[in-house]
Amino acid sequence: MIVTTTKGDMDDSLLEKREGSIDNDTEATGWVEYWLDGELVHRSVNMVLKRGVFAEGETQAI
Amino acid sequence: MANTQAMCTSFKGELLVGHHNFGTGVTRGSTAADTFKAALYVDTATVNATTTAYSATNEVSGTGYTAGGATVTFGTAPSTSGTTAFVTPSASIAYTTVTLTTAFNAVLIYNSTQSNKAVSVHTFGSQTVTAGTFTLTMPVNDASTGLIRIA
Repeated sequence: MIVTTTKGDMDDSLLEKREGSIDNDTEATGWVEYWLDGELVHRSVNMVLKRGVFAEGETQAI
Repeated sequence: MANTQAMCTSFKGELLVGHHNFGTGVTRGSTAADTFKAALYVDTATVNATTTAYSATNEVSGTGYTAGGATVTFGTAPSTSGTTAFVTPSASIAYTTVTLTTAFNAVLIYNSTQSNKAVSVHTFGSQTVTAGTFTLTMPVNDASTGLIRIA
């Protein structure tokens, strides 16, 4: 697979792949990194937002 | 039967489509939806509830990122369920082939049709991107999790 890197497009067989993820109340996020000789040359992030912002409307008794 | 004090749910939904105006409003060219954008902000920025409009101050910058951010697609009209009105972008927001080396942890949704007025701020775990893509996938569009909700 060809990966876009800071060095240009490279075959992933030449790179070290590292992956990670977090999952909490607000997001589920995964990332993939490709390293070349100890240098980070690609990092992509996919973040799934679990909930948005909330506003509460109130009416005042007359 | 009994009367119940309430803010009408229909009103909440109509706020999201610009039906009501209690003060000096804006002249609209048509009934079409406005264009909204999403700008990313670095960890040290202070975008929050007091933010009134998009600003380039402390916005991320880097290769492939255009100041002002990405266009947000609201392909599904605002809706109501129970007593909550809600709307959520119908597609993910993607920043493709960018390098953002300064950590960022917030996105500002703003109305680029209406003088870049702020809509909402969403924070998340701090990230960087290197020659890659940052994708924000939207929550389920309902009264419990929709991106923008008025209850």
